[in-house]
Amino acid sequence: MDFIEVRTAPFAVADEYAALRAGNRSDGASAMFVGSVRDFNAGAGVSGLALEHYPGMTEKSLQRIVEDARARWELGRVRLLHRVGAMAVEEDIVFVGVTSPHRQAAFAACQYIMDRLKTEAPFWKLESGEAGDSWVEARDSDQRELEKWA
Amino acid sequence: MVKVLFFASLRARLGTAEHRLENFSGSVAELRNRLGELFPDWQAPLQAVDIQAAVNQEMAAATTQIGDGDEVAFFPPVTGG
Repeated sequence: MDFIEVRTAPFAVADEYAALRAGNRSDGASAMFVGSVRDFNAGAGVSGLALEHYPGMTEKSLQRIVEDARARWELGRVRLLHRVGAMAVEEDIVFVGVTSPHRQAAFAACQYIMDRLKTEAPFWKLESGEAGDSWVEARDSDQRELEKWA
Repeated sequence: MVKVLFFASLRARLGTAEHRLENFSGSVAELRNRLGELFPDWQAPLQAVDIQAAVNQEMAAATTQIGDGDEVAFFPPVTGG
């Protein structure tokens, strides 16, 4: 059972965990990851960011990532939410939650989904702050993280 | 007609989010060249090494073929999550 959503509104982690667990008697393990807006410039007065995406391609990309995770591990429920639009520092951007009969599968799938999302889902961050707006640069380290799943 | 979309920093540099091109068929690389010929200001940003392409919302290579009715997008490396 997959729930994949691109949305502007904030999400509540407690609600997402409840949706992973409600009536779920077969999976003893749940793993979750939450990504939040941070001050990229470490004190340079970053106030928030605007997240842009490619409607249509984004949803397809996220669906494929979740399908690929299911092909690798025995998973029960998967919930993947990603926000777009304006967000302030400290607000949550992305939620990944997976359940499984086994914790190793839950941990690994959660990390795999995020590693893939970081390198291929068409989202872009425009950071705003005292020095004006600037596009966040992709990091080579994200690409390297992906290589461990090859 | 080929619908061409631009995202993020590339959209900002070109000053447009979408361009419609009549009578084009060829590869992604050829489309980049054609757009650069039509709009000389676009040539450098479109040819930047890190600019990626998608055809019909799937990641594409320089050799991917494009024809009438296709949707092509150019964008910088993604930074979501």
